[in-house]
Amino acid sequence: MSQPMVQASQTPAPPAGRPVLKQPYPAEVKPYRPSFAERLYLPLLGGLAVTMRHFLRNLFGRNKMYTIEYPEQRRQYSHRFRGHHILPTRPDGSVRCVACFLCAQNCPAECIHIEAGEHPDVNIEKYPVVYEIDMLRCVFCGYCVDACPEEAIIMSNNYDMAYFTREQSIVGKADLMKPFTFDESQLGYRPRFPEEDAKRAKMRHDAVNLVEAARQAQEREARAAGRAYTGTNDQGRDSAAGAGVT
Amino acid sequence: MSTLAPPPSETSTLPELEAVRAKFPAGSILPQDGLDQPTWTVSRDVLAAVARELKENTETRFDLMLDLCGVDFPDREERFEAVYHLYSLPRAARLRLKVPLREDDAVIPTLIPVWQGANWFEREIYDMFGVKVEGHPNLRRLLTHEAFQGHPLRKDYDPARRWILTEDKIYKPHFDLPEREDDLFERMTVNIGPSHPAMHGTFRLMAVLDGETIVASDVEIGYLHRCFEKMSETHTWQHVIPYTDRLNYCSSFINNVAYCRTVEKLLDVEVPPKAVWARTILSEFSRIMDHCVCNGTTLVDAGGLTNFWYLFQPREEIYGLLESVCGSRLTVSGCRIGGLIQELPPDFEAHCRRLLEIIPPFVDDSEKLVNGNRIWQDRSIGIAAISAEEAVNWSWTGPCLRASGVAYDVRRAHPYDLYDTVDWEVPVLYGGDVYDRFRIRMMEIRESLKIIRQLLDRGMPEGPYIVDDPHVALPPKEACYNQMEAMIYHFKLIMDGIQVPAGEIYEMVEGANGELGFYTISDGSAKPYRNHCRPPCFPIFSTFPRLIKGGSLSDAIVSLGGLNVIAGELER
Repeated sequence: MSQPMVQASQTPAPPAGRPVLKQPYPAEVKPYRPSFAERLYLPLLGGLAVTMRHFLRNLFGRNKMYTIEYPEQRRQYSHRFRGHHILPTRPDGSVRCVACFLCAQNCPAECIHIEAGEHPDVNIEKYPVVYEIDMLRCVFCGYCVDACPEEAIIMSNNYDMAYFTREQSIVGKADLMKPFTFDESQLGYRPRFPEEDAKRAKMRHDAVNLVEAARQAQEREARAAGRAYTGTNDQGRDSAAGAGVT
Repeated sequence: MSTLAPPPSETSTLPELEAVRAKFPAGSILPQDGLDQPTWTVSRDVLAAVARELKENTETRFDLMLDLCGVDFPDREERFEAVYHLYSLPRAARLRLKVPLREDDAVIPTLIPVWQGANWFEREIYDMFGVKVEGHPNLRRLLTHEAFQGHPLRKDYDPARRWILTEDKIYKPHFDLPEREDDLFERMTVNIGPSHPAMHGTFRLMAVLDGETIVASDVEIGYLHRCFEKMSETHTWQHVIPYTDRLNYCSSFINNVAYCRTVEKLLDVEVPPKAVWARTILSEFSRIMDHCVCNGTTLVDAGGLTNFWYLFQPREEIYGLLESVCGSRLTVSGCRIGGLIQELPPDFEAHCRRLLEIIPPFVDDSEKLVNGNRIWQDRSIGIAAISAEEAVNWSWTGPCLRASGVAYDVRRAHPYDLYDTVDWEVPVLYGGDVYDRFRIRMMEIRESLKIIRQLLDRGMPEGPYIVDDPHVALPPKEACYNQMEAMIYHFKLIMDGIQVPAGEIYEMVEGANGELGFYTISDGSAKPYRNHCRPPCFPIFSTFPRLIKGGSLSDAIVSLGGLNVIAGELER
């Protein structure tokens, strides 16, 4: 350590290991004194060489430039990115959430609104009739994911969120459960799961396949019965709210 | 959970403090054992004299007034408390002064004659608590609007209360200017900001010009004020972390570290070595990022756009690292109380090493463009110069103070994390002007790279990334699914929050532009009783009218960039 200011003048002995500053401090400033070469503008030539080097490199190596042509090109984010939330589903396509309210409790921005209902299956007990996140209030801290004891809310690395009205920014179950978010490459923040855990990854992969299989099975059944496929069993406010979002 | 260590008793019996205490009437100063630093409860009548004595006594020499904040205890007879934090640069010692005040007689004497830096702090305590300051030249609201009613940090102020703030009561500038009839018609008042590209963020500058020269000026702040301290009081300890991101948003990781360290000290938990190691590395990367932003934008203000691109590329790359660790780029929330947000990614070390390769060429290029460049020198040497003595008097810390010739760095004076185990230097320059502030940031970038390189060479420590204490940190999710106990802890911790033992503490780290401190009071519950942030750029920006006086308007713009004032932190 070489501090120019370190010295013990007439100050009392300092505690060991603590630096001592000279007192009084310099009352006058000592500005930098440019050298003769600097006053002749000579170092400018070095600067010009730097700009020229960058110019030529960018001109002849355009693929090495740092700029990204958004939205055609997108920055690749890690699998920890805290983006748009996802509500994962059970194999039958229903929501995994059991409406325990921990995520709403742990939300610093108070942007999660849940209304719980009784689930027909006694082993599950509860499910959210309404699950809404106000995306304009959300700060994407990931505390809801931390809080969830069911892995029923995770985050994707989708950061494209734009809305025409404030009402649209309140996303309901239909949006949070959209199948595109189950794309393996688009998953985001899911803490405390080692990313290299192959078993875990396989489980998740299987789950995704199961969801798709269940979905297709339902769709086939619905077609066979001549009904329109509605997607999920849950009917509620959120599906109406979700319909407005394209 | 480990209980709080008994406060060290020898702090109250420091001989030099006792000598000062003996000079004042018995009972006017009551020493206390502080958890972190000696604490005096001072009677208001002797406050001004005590402050002067503490500053001028060669044995104590408290030359830096770090902080002043208020605390409200509605149940006490003496309801308010004004809390001063003093620091002695020559002795590296700290002292806390508490001044109890009755509600019907909440007046403190101004300490501006002793420490110039008290100016804005006193306006803040008036604004937030309604504590009047006797003798203050411009005692008006600082952070809230002129038409705001009530004092938001009082406990009986409803946090949900809203006011309609109209334009009929706007801030009238206070110019420190003798009125002279014959000069008035030649002067012109110019308003810049609050939304002006040169006013980095949301500051409003009103300058009185005589020709090209600024003869007096005033600044108005508070456009980004959101009363972070009030919000802390209504949220649990863990929930405050995302709020701290938004203080100095150019280096949000350092804010996280500062806040988490404060709470960890109150909890008396020991952070695992891996978390400490990663915190040190990521703090240094954040510092590099902050300096790059500051230097890049300063040069934009001076008309040099090329540098901006060279310096923003390292920042972009560091964001990539922070995102791969924490999941977010700007507001990282990268720390949790007791450790980190999650396990470090497997390629963390490789990623850091790649950054160590990438960053230096950009910094070199930027320096080649600017250092020794006479065009930049003519714009910056001697501009907004401040001597060390004056800077200390105005409560400056950080790179701006080091550019004036005082080698005060919290990382060296009060080492935390791993800073005392690595070899690095505190750069000091003596110009005190924009040129030296620019150079010192470049030097600090190199020192930070040095620190990171040494820590990487040492290798990542083994072990957990967060403390294994179910009262503080959430249990791993796997345990949560498979063990009843872990599940109960998980629910308890989220529903009730961390229970922090009662106490008060001031903990500081070296932020990117100075000493970033958190003064936190816990009453033993799940929420902070009072959480005050000591923003480093607050006293620095309060000096701004003094700095630009006598210069031209274009110099004022360049000097603002060099100060690195971040509105999110300034106005909290």
